[in-house]
Amino acid sequence: MTDEVLLEARGLTKSFGEFVAVDGIDVLVRRGEAFGFLGPNGAGKSSTMRMVGCVSPVTGGRLRILGLDPAVDGAAIRARLGVCPQQDMLDEDLSVEENLWVYGRFFGLSRREVRARTDELLEFAQLTDRRHDRVEPLSGGMKRRLTIARALVNNPEVLLLDEPTTGLDPQARHVLWDRLYRLKREGVTLIITTHYMDEAEQLCDRLVVMDHGRIVAEGSPRELIEAYSTREVVELRFEDEQQERHLGSVEALAERVEALPDRLLVYTADGDDTLAALHGRGVRPLSALVRRSTLEDVFLHLTGRSLVD
Amino acid sequence: MTAPASHGTRWRAVPFPPGLGMARFVLARNAAAFRRSWVLLLSGFVEPVFYLFSLGVGLGALIGGVRTDGGALVSYAAFVAPALLAASAMNGAIFDATFNVFFKLKYQRLYDAMLATPVGPRDIAVGEIAWSLVRGGLYSAMFLLVALVAGLVRSWWALLAVPAALLVGLAFGAVAMFTTTFMRSWQDFDYVTLAIQPMFLFSATFFPLSTYPEALQWVVRATPLYHGVVLERALLLGEVGWGLLWHVGYLLVLGVVGVVGTSRRIATLLLT
Ligand SMILES: Nc1ncnc2c1ncn2[C@@H]1O[C@H](COP(=O)(O)OP(=O)(O)OP(=O)(O)O)[C@@H](O)[C@H]1O
Ligand SMILES: [Mg+2]
Repeated sequence: MTDEVLLEARGLTKSFGEFVAVDGIDVLVRRGEAFGFLGPNGAGKSSTMRMVGCVSPVTGGRLRILGLDPAVDGAAIRARLGVCPQQDMLDEDLSVEENLWVYGRFFGLSRREVRARTDELLEFAQLTDRRHDRVEPLSGGMKRRLTIARALVNNPEVLLLDEPTTGLDPQARHVLWDRLYRLKREGVTLIITTHYMDEAEQLCDRLVVMDHGRIVAEGSPRELIEAYSTREVVELRFEDEQQERHLGSVEALAERVEALPDRLLVYTADGDDTLAALHGRGVRPLSALVRRSTLEDVFLHLTGRSLVD
Repeated sequence: MTAPASHGTRWRAVPFPPGLGMARFVLARNAAAFRRSWVLLLSGFVEPVFYLFSLGVGLGALIGGVRTDGGALVSYAAFVAPALLAASAMNGAIFDATFNVFFKLKYQRLYDAMLATPVGPRDIAVGEIAWSLVRGGLYSAMFLLVALVAGLVRSWWALLAVPAALLVGLAFGAVAMFTTTFMRSWQDFDYVTLAIQPMFLFSATFFPLSTYPEALQWVVRATPLYHGVVLERALLLGEVGWGLLWHVGYLLVLGVVGVVGTSRRIATLLLT
């Protein structure tokens, strides 16, 4: 990672009519970093990504990508970006390999460059044996990999990934994460949005948590967990109606308690200790699970809401 | 190149990419996609040929000769052939610029994907319309060949009939694509049919302008297809004069307005 700033946003704002989708956010991303935007539906992640991708004019504030102003040098910036949008938008009239050729040509690459690149990218996306197939019947995971491969056709310096693994099964997600690690090692700057805490923890060096168009917290996954949560969490489930009754005694023993509709989340430095103490007080949950704190807990603390709804 | 500031914020915010040259990659994309559906090309060619033989040759046998607006007496088939050439150029361009473009715009999100690259709205407009011209040009050339074999071409000026058909395609393709950017659903395309049908029948296609009452003649003169028909008829029958440039100008202006309008609409719709 160098100190070169690739993305700089100050007071960045996006409105649709009266509605403010992105409300004055400040972000700095340096070359080689993997940076995440974490937030629930409607937080303004995609709106931010589209401004960074130079396909959505900025309403207010300052935005520089690769040191350039999208209002002036949009095409020049786009030439150096790779974009994997939230929806695949592959060209279903074309075959797998034609999708890569045709897209490469949009960047002004020569035919020869595009063909050479296609073989590498098909390998990268594990689609070499499907290269002549139509896109339409491919599985969701294959389409996603092809979309990412297509975004890489111009050897981008920055790769924008809007929810790269949403809708994929766990195995497909792990394959994709593996591909993204490889890119990061090769020095590509990754800017990722996600709903998934595990994804953010796995992939991001640094992230911001967004809610209602604003940034509510910023740091590395570890820093955020340390700042906004405890080391461990005990999840307690009760029989119907019992949760309400025990809430008082649980709160007396923990640093903090979040009451979700179906369970209590008990924040504490040592889960087993807390659990033992609860037993001592006669609290008998249906089930109790001690786990480490995650970004989900950070988010819950910051917004009082669960991330995936 | 950045558009001048006077174009308003949207144009400052999302400038055109450098040069017109990127449009050819949009064209290349369509050519790649078309390789799988070249059978469609046949239908666009066959229709005007059927018209030519049923109306021109079949009906023409009952009619005898027709006096053109230029004053010459020609067979009905020779009279109708150039009009069918213009109409097929119109139909080909409109079909491509309405249904195909609407599908790409709304369902395939093809243009969203293109706009994430250095390709800009104007490249898309120019590339798509250029593509419908390539198709239209092929139809026209094949039709002209049939007309030639049938002995309906009477002048070397007919060599210019294909470029003239491209001009007709440009005018209609550009305006149709512009219109398509306003469509909300497939139902809206009924209005297109509603506009095309009477134009096809009454733009001095099947009978000379002089057969219309004076007031209606002015209506006919205002329709774009009329200008295409006059142009093609003059070229195929060799009744060429400087006055034709007026028709060329009319179609050219329509085409340019359509292209500019379309690129603005694409920016308005997709660069939000
Ligand atoms: N083109 C648009 N016109 C009007 N409102 C819009 C437009 N695009 C987004 N919005 C609104 O802006 C808000 C933020 O949307 P955005 O897509 O950025 O959220 P997100 O964080 O990406 O959500 P998700 O996780 O569901 O993808 C939403 O309330 C959305 O309805
Ligand atoms: Mg989104």
